[in-house]
Amino acid sequence: MSTSNDSIVERATTVPRKRIGLYAALLAMVVLYLLPLETGLFTAFKTQSAFQTTIPVLPPIGNQITADPWFQAFDRLWPALGYSVAFVVPATALSALFGSLAAYGLTITKWRGQILIMLIFVAGIFIPYQAVLVPLTRFWTSIVNIRGLLGPEGSLVALSITHIAYGIPICTLLFRGHFKGLDQSMFEAARLDGATIRTIYRRIAFPLAIPMFAVTLIYQFTNIWNDLLFALVLVRGEYEVVTMALQSFTGSMVGQYNLLMAGAFITALPTIAVYVLFGKQFAEGVSGGGA
Amino acid sequence: MSAIDRIADRVRRYRFGRSDEESTSDARLATDGGHRTGGLDLGPEFVQALPFWLPAGLLVALFVYGAIGWNFFISLTDWSGLQASYWPLDFEMYTRFFGKVLEGGLLGGPIEYWSFRNTIVLLIVFTVLTLIVGLLLAILIDQQIRFENTFRTIYLLPMSLSFVVTAVFWQWMYNPRYGIINSALETVGLDFFAVNWIGAAQFKLLAVIIALTWQFSGYGMVVYLAGLRAIPSDQFEAARVDGAGTIKMYLRVIVPQLRAATLSAAVVLMVFALKAFDFLYVIFGSRPGPGADILSVMMYRTAFDTSQFAYGAAIATILFVLALGVIGPYLYIQYQRGDL
Repeated sequence: MSTSNDSIVERATTVPRKRIGLYAALLAMVVLYLLPLETGLFTAFKTQSAFQTTIPVLPPIGNQITADPWFQAFDRLWPALGYSVAFVVPATALSALFGSLAAYGLTITKWRGQILIMLIFVAGIFIPYQAVLVPLTRFWTSIVNIRGLLGPEGSLVALSITHIAYGIPICTLLFRGHFKGLDQSMFEAARLDGATIRTIYRRIAFPLAIPMFAVTLIYQFTNIWNDLLFALVLVRGEYEVVTMALQSFTGSMVGQYNLLMAGAFITALPTIAVYVLFGKQFAEGVSGGGA
Repeated sequence: MSAIDRIADRVRRYRFGRSDEESTSDARLATDGGHRTGGLDLGPEFVQALPFWLPAGLLVALFVYGAIGWNFFISLTDWSGLQASYWPLDFEMYTRFFGKVLEGGLLGGPIEYWSFRNTIVLLIVFTVLTLIVGLLLAILIDQQIRFENTFRTIYLLPMSLSFVVTAVFWQWMYNPRYGIINSALETVGLDFFAVNWIGAAQFKLLAVIIALTWQFSGYGMVVYLAGLRAIPSDQFEAARVDGAGTIKMYLRVIVPQLRAATLSAAVVLMVFALKAFDFLYVIFGSRPGPGADILSVMMYRTAFDTSQFAYGAAIATILFVLALGVIGPYLYIQYQRGDL
């Protein structure tokens, strides 16, 4: 540690050393953060006998290399990937749309009591979902018998609507933060111009919120795609979504780690792709709304 | 694009076309005018704003608050098995739960005791550990480094993965025979530490906490980085000139200013710890055993594996109350500060 009476010369020599230490620490953390992914990726390309005899961090070589685990895992998971896309896309889009409308109605318009209602919305972000699971399953069987109405596909519809409802609080909070940060004089001006609340949303708020739509859509897509709990209690058998499929895959392929790793990557691929392409938006969603 | 242009045009027209006083007095009229009845202002804008937030509000009211109330009601019944029965109503499920929690001694005791204890341990240790690692990452990133975006992207990457996926990865990491953790420990001669991480009861919870910290510290980093960037740079300079060592400077000058970031991150992490389910369920199934059972897993098992819906609902209500204990004060502080 450098002290207060460092001479200029000493400081000049300690600074580069400090920088080297800094980058070493950063790289060490990179190794720690990527290790589970790296060992997983290499293992997914190894044969059964190879991953049991080699060290997981080392890449497969020669006859250890195989792409078979990927084909087998994909064979098992692809219907579930389709079901996941089918329920995640509408749930993502609609929760973002509802969130933007609600945030607009609770932020830009002028009436009292907004904060109270906003508080009720925001508290919804922090609800442990266990607190609603039993009523939720009752709701989608006894009150709205969704599978009786729509057939077995109904459970995907129920899952989608459920995710929309529980996604609204976080989407509302994200959009509210955005709307509060905008120059309010624009809205004032439009209002003085006699524009209705609806026109102001369509012509001003919505176009200005497009960057926040990107953030919210990416954040919600990742959240909804990754969820297991709601799917477990709402979806039965034939329409299992990809997180469920991977979970039951781990149960049936005990010890076949190359298959499991390939399956995990296939399951994660859409979210990894979204993260790599839109990492900035994802980070904004994470910091704006919490996990 | 053209819409924005038109708006910008219109805004410009108003800004320069009218005097400032005129537009502000008009604005005040729009703010304070209207009919005040009780807490709600039922002016024309209230009615116009309704279609925007009410549909979303009704969904939230039904699925979040309606369901919580219904869950509480179920917890007062004795419902178990396939036929829902709503009688008699009492707090028997709660007395049963807390009775069993209190039965638990130092060794052994009913699963209720372990679940409750593990939940509290997970909540505290996971939150503290994740905050520390997150702060460390944020400080490392905040040193005007090169490739800042790349580093940040890598540290936050685990947050974009499903717990199902990370659980599969960590199962492999923790594999006692072939896993990388034990291979590494054996290579450096620490065979003693090469334990059965997710098989032995005394290490299960630690293994879960390490993996979840890995996944969530990127979140801590993002929150702290925003906090660090909000501190004026002359404060860093001043502390340096005063001769504080780097570590001392961070502890004395910078960290105290990150109180707001710490608070909001801690709330999110604690609430997450209360509802952590997916990760444990994939690794241990619905019966992690006394070593790693937590209330959220116990709730699922009680309600959906053994069909004791009333008891499961009671555990769920306890979880909800714990979460409320964390977020209630936090939201109140936010509300008072006008940060909502």
